[in-house]
Amino acid sequence: MEGFAALLDALVYTRSRNEKLRLIAEYLRTTPDPDRGWALGALTDGLDFKAVKSSTIRALLKERVDPVLWSLSRDFVGDTAETASLLWPEPIGDAMPPPTVSEAVEALAGMTRVTVMSELPALLDRLDPAGRYALFKLATGGMRIGVSSRLAKLAFAQAFAVPVDEVEEYWHALEPPYAELFAWAADGAAPPDTANMPLFRPFMLAHPLEDTQVDLADYAAEWKWDGIRVQLVHVAGETRLYSRSGDDIGASFPEMVSALEIPALLDGELLVRGAHQGGEAGGAASFNALQQRLGRKTVSKTMLTESPAFVRLYDVLMLDGEDLRDLPWTQRRARLEALMPRLPESHFDLSQLVEARDFDHLAQIREGARDDAIEGLMLKRRDSLYVAGRKTGLWYKWKRDPLLVDCVLMYAQRGSGKRSSFYSDYTFGCWDGDPDAGADLLPVGKAYSGFTDAELKKLDKLVRQTTLNRFGPVREVERTLVFEVAFDSVHTSKRHKSGLAMRFPRIHRIRWDKPVHEADRIETLRTLIRD
Amino acid sequence: MAAPFSWIRPEPHGIHITPADVWIDPSRAVDRALVTHGHADHARGGHGQTYATPATLAIMELRYNTREGATPVEYGETVRLRGGVDATYFPAGHVLGSAQILLEHAGERVVITGDYKRRADPTCPPFEVVPCDVFITEATFGLPVFTHPPIEDEMARLLMRLEAHPAACVLVGAYALGKAQRVIAELRAAGHTQPIYLHGAMEKMCRLYEDFGVDLGELRLVSDYDKDAMRGHIVVCPPSALNDRWSRRLPDPITAMASGWMRVRQRARQRNVELPLVISDHADWHELTRTIEEVDPYETWITHGREEALLRWHQLHQRRARALALVGYEDEDD
Repeated sequence: MEGFAALLDALVYTRSRNEKLRLIAEYLRTTPDPDRGWALGALTDGLDFKAVKSSTIRALLKERVDPVLWSLSRDFVGDTAETASLLWPEPIGDAMPPPTVSEAVEALAGMTRVTVMSELPALLDRLDPAGRYALFKLATGGMRIGVSSRLAKLAFAQAFAVPVDEVEEYWHALEPPYAELFAWAADGAAPPDTANMPLFRPFMLAHPLEDTQVDLADYAAEWKWDGIRVQLVHVAGETRLYSRSGDDIGASFPEMVSALEIPALLDGELLVRGAHQGGEAGGAASFNALQQRLGRKTVSKTMLTESPAFVRLYDVLMLDGEDLRDLPWTQRRARLEALMPRLPESHFDLSQLVEARDFDHLAQIREGARDDAIEGLMLKRRDSLYVAGRKTGLWYKWKRDPLLVDCVLMYAQRGSGKRSSFYSDYTFGCWDGDPDAGADLLPVGKAYSGFTDAELKKLDKLVRQTTLNRFGPVREVERTLVFEVAFDSVHTSKRHKSGLAMRFPRIHRIRWDKPVHEADRIETLRTLIRD
Repeated sequence: MAAPFSWIRPEPHGIHITPADVWIDPSRAVDRALVTHGHADHARGGHGQTYATPATLAIMELRYNTREGATPVEYGETVRLRGGVDATYFPAGHVLGSAQILLEHAGERVVITGDYKRRADPTCPPFEVVPCDVFITEATFGLPVFTHPPIEDEMARLLMRLEAHPAACVLVGAYALGKAQRVIAELRAAGHTQPIYLHGAMEKMCRLYEDFGVDLGELRLVSDYDKDAMRGHIVVCPPSALNDRWSRRLPDPITAMASGWMRVRQRARQRNVELPLVISDHADWHELTRTIEEVDPYETWITHGREEALLRWHQLHQRRARALALVGYEDEDD
């Protein structure tokens, strides 16, 4: 447990991504099975112990610490696990040596709501504050230490010099403590057999096109729809719906889980019915409409009838027990088109290819795409196999040109990592009326990209020189600078005072020359809303 | 006969000793002030007469450029003030020159601690328990989550990190008066004989400590050396310089901070600290409560900090206590 506790502490205080990778990899290499597997499980998806919840910790502490002192401490520290680890009374007399991670996991797994009140204290008494913190984090799942599941898997791949794609491929077939995964990666055992399991497979992703031009003889074009990319898999009588990150989101979209009844692994865009995307009939609603259905554990009948979901298919990865990922895109596409009649029309349609005479013609078509609230175009190399992740030259996303608006810098915050001493996160606003008639600025968005290092230095200096107020790490600055802000779309939002929320805002140009009263007004931004 | 302790009055700007017309650590200029120690929230400039230890007076002179009205009081020395008030200074163990002040009047004894700690500190004499009727204490770390670990452990972690990164430097943020010198002296005690690099703002205070006999070993100014010279070395700066542009001149600094607040992970993360060192010049929860038990006063008055929790402790232990609403004392970067 000491090693795991030390790892957590090191990760909490490390800002550099590479250093985090190194720390985790080092731990995974040097820690024996099954401890390292449990730790990997805790860092990725989190372990689940039914008997230990945050409320259990509070209840235990209130038996040992005055409730008033507990509350005052909890308020100050801001984290239940950490407060509890600090307030736990040191045991009197010789303590047993600290448990190993697997000892702790075994003990936690065996606890019930009743026995937890005596068994968890016995474990805690064997640990120091850092160990107790680690045990609480392990027991209650959520780590919240700035390590994503992906980062932990990358670290695993790095630790044993195996491809991360393969780690992803097997990952979802296995469970903590991942004995087979370590046996494969560390000891060269055969990889797990995953063919007949309804697993998530890593997505093939695209690079932005930027200034590249492609020959349409080599590349096929299709629309990039504004929903969420999903994978729907049916095998051995089981169906799963996975999001980009591999989360099973079937519970939020039960109609999709029951819609696929043939053994297949499909890649497509999850959308809800509406008129925004792809025409009136059979079209899809805006992203905002889809968002209403995301993250729900249960779905009401009304939602199912008013905003039914469907998947617009891009690709087929497996079909009738055959893995198609090693076929070129043209062949997969043909298989997908042939598959369509076997799928219910109510729940599936095909993402149509965009036919153009040449690249210029395609550019023209793309320009017209704005009205359909489509994100842009995808360009797929006709001979590309389906490979996980982003491989240069195979797939490109060619988003429509961003919308632009002139905003005024209002607040700045220091960045992290290599930008830690620079004010690099900017909040900007638009005028809520006529600035010359006394209208004020309302914040409309926040951006931390789109400028060069040299510009960053200049911006940092400006922030320091024009600070009006400090609120913790945030500085309010004099309104002197206009940003031309680029964004993909804008939506109504109750969370912001301006009533607006931008998607993917970034600094497009810094308008050192432009007077702030010439920046745009909220009403201009409002006319761009497409909900 | 007057009501007990009516001669000592907590006012918003300090504690007033009415018969003598003197103030303890007033937050604005007064005619006569008794000053416990040199930190800016206790020792302000401009008083007509200032009673303090020689070291505290030297610190104030360094800060305010004047010795006017300076009246030195040694530890153990009693000063007879007007109105039959006697003031005796005792070590508080907080920083160089820090004192508790025992006030005696009409058979009543009141101790004002200023800031204090109970741990050993090579830069100042240790806190003495002075029996009294009213004990006026601080409560900066007055929450049971605060337990300062042994400083040797923190020094060992610092030196281990330094050793593991010979091409980088460890930049330690430490309060310029007291903490910085204590960290340096403890590094020396731990056998670290390498030169230690200083931010310019720390130089004079370190020299002052040396003048008072605290050996800090070889100190160098960051501004006198180039980047590469500092690789594998410790650099000490005020906490405010940690994330400042100033630190860009250092070779891949690992950011450390020496402060009692580092006990709490989020506090450390908020300050972008990579190596939190839990080192404080204030009493932690256990030192506070132990001190109150040892002094065993009739009543405790709490000046500043987390007074709610310390009041609760008094209630739980059936002791008398009250919180004074004083202004101007800060949660310094300690």
